Amino acid sequence: MSSQDNPEVPQEHLPEAHSSARLPAHGDPFADPGLPAHEPRVTDIDEKAANRAERQVAFLFVISMLATIGFIAAYVGIDKYRIIDIFFFGKIGAQNLALGGTLGLALFCIGAGAVHWARTLMTDEEVVQERHDLASDAEAREYAIREFAQGAADSAIGRRPLIRRTMIGAMALVPLSGVVLLRDLGPLPGNKLRHTMWKPGKELINEATGTPIKPDDIVKGSLTMALPEGLVKEYGPAGEKLELEHGWLEEAGKAAILLVRLEPKDIKSQKEKDWGHEGIVAYSKICTHVGCPIGLYEQQTHHLLCPCHQSTFDLADDGKVVFGPAARSLPQLKIHVNEAGNLAATQDFTEPVGPSFWERG
Amino acid sequence: MKKLSARRRHPLAAIVVLILALAVTGGLYAAFAPAKKAEADDSASIAVEAGKKLFLSGCSTCHGLDAQGTSDGPSLVGVGAAAVDFQVSTGRMPLQQPGAQAPGKPTVYTAAQTQQLAAYVASLGAGPEIPTANMYVPDGDIVNGAELFRTNCSQCHNFSGEGGALTEGKFAPPLTDVDPKHIYEAMLTGPQNMPSFPDSTMPEQQKKDIVTYVHETTKKEPNPGGLGLGRLGPVSEGLFTWIIALGLLIGSAIWVAARTPKARTK
Repeated sequence: MSSQDNPEVPQEHLPEAHSSARLPAHGDPFADPGLPAHEPRVTDIDEKAANRAERQVAFLFVISMLATIGFIAAYVGIDKYRIIDIFFFGKIGAQNLALGGTLGLALFCIGAGAVHWARTLMTDEEVVQERHDLASDAEAREYAIREFAQGAADSAIGRRPLIRRTMIGAMALVPLSGVVLLRDLGPLPGNKLRHTMWKPGKELINEATGTPIKPDDIVKGSLTMALPEGLVKEYGPAGEKLELEHGWLEEAGKAAILLVRLEPKDIKSQKEKDWGHEGIVAYSKICTHVGCPIGLYEQQTHHLLCPCHQSTFDLADDGKVVFGPAARSLPQLKIHVNEAGNLAATQDFTEPVGPSFWERG
Repeated sequence: MKKLSARRRHPLAAIVVLILALAVTGGLYAAFAPAKKAEADDSASIAVEAGKKLFLSGCSTCHGLDAQGTSDGPSLVGVGAAAVDFQVSTGRMPLQQPGAQAPGKPTVYTAAQTQQLAAYVASLGAGPEIPTANMYVPDGDIVNGAELFRTNCSQCHNFSGEGGALTEGKFAPPLTDVDPKHIYEAMLTGPQNMPSFPDSTMPEQQKKDIVTYVHETTKKEPNPGGLGLGRLGPVSEGLFTWIIALGLLIGSAIWVAARTPKARTK
């Protein structure tokens, strides 16, 4: 495959084959084989092919020009609120699509043209460029050391220890500002993680309506989200939503519960029966794994799934984990019916709700 | 007269007369037959009777001869007309084969037959009635509906109504192509493993707001960038970028660095 084998190719047009590559020393299996012999491309030896490649590159650049003009035309000409329906992609803003498509085409064609140019017409001769030493030469090094020593002597840092020490002290203290700011990560939560807003006698409020819940409202197979009174968005006399106190989201994030009604005979645990009311049971809505709001309730199996990591809790059996990464049962809220006939909490949760934390034990 | 009598002998005359006679008979029947039905007090019981016949032939195998349920299907006493309308007019019932969940499919019964079945099941025990059009027309409060949807529905159906997976082959279907009436009925009755949201805890207006939100989100909202990818958010978008976009980039890089074809010089 050396160029000498082809008599049609004029020798002067061909780059020299790398015959200078070192030949392996006799008997050395790991000798550097050197670069392979250079081979010409079609466009190197065939003028027609070279001209064709030139036209291809120019064609790509012309397409890029047209696409840029198309971009400007789309920006000016297409209504930005126009929605079109395209198969597979669905409903799309027409201008968005046109701008992205034309700009992408314009840039791609420039790149593709350049690559095609380089691959077919630019020279493809392999060139070896030796690396130079990383270290500077001896003269430059000597000069740098001399300058440094002179600077140290001029600043008198060796003779004036007071300056030297105070400077080191000042620079050592500066990072303390950053360390002090870390205090903003606190304060420590104290016992906030162990308690929620639920207190003995607090009524359960339906999140959807903002009203107290009567036992008859909860029918079998239904699912109701509830919060303690004072947390649900309440409605003013004109039906307008009343503003909630600052920090309500934090409280709602701990106190959120869901209510379901089970057949009392389906409930496997006596404690769960005692803590509910005629089969109505209230469970924390915060997953014990990493605290996602949990609510995929399968009403036929009484399983409650977390949408984040598929932890599954059995609401008919003390909220025990039946599947998934959660390690603790879902906490149940003890409820009763008060004098007004509404559902109310008998006590706060008896264990911290939500995910485990360091000091929980 | 002359012309008329002349045409009496025309070969098509008999056919014209026949068509006229049929039209008159049919027209008279159409005019009087519904009136007769309306006059009868027992039109409802006629529907119940017809529904019972349909039930016995099509549903009783699983739900039992008296709809009390068997080991293969639940009791229908007290599920109400809304449940029947939802299950039958979305094609979920009759069930094609037992499985994790009844999927929606082309309907088997006509609208009229569905009404008769609903009337029969409603006569077995009190249950939610089929909602009227003004209850689910999507003109409620979208903002409130969105909030209610995120609190009560999004955990299973995804916050843009694209649906999601449950356990053991069960799934929450996408809401993208569901009739507002069927969304309302599903909330009212809690089909299969979906919990119900009865009027006592989720009043009519709130349900209407949710229907409005679902309608606006799934029917009107465009995907500005195209290809919503199930609107699942960063996970599906990241997966798309890693596999498709990165794949294209790697392909381009391979093309850039590929060895140029050499001339066959031998």
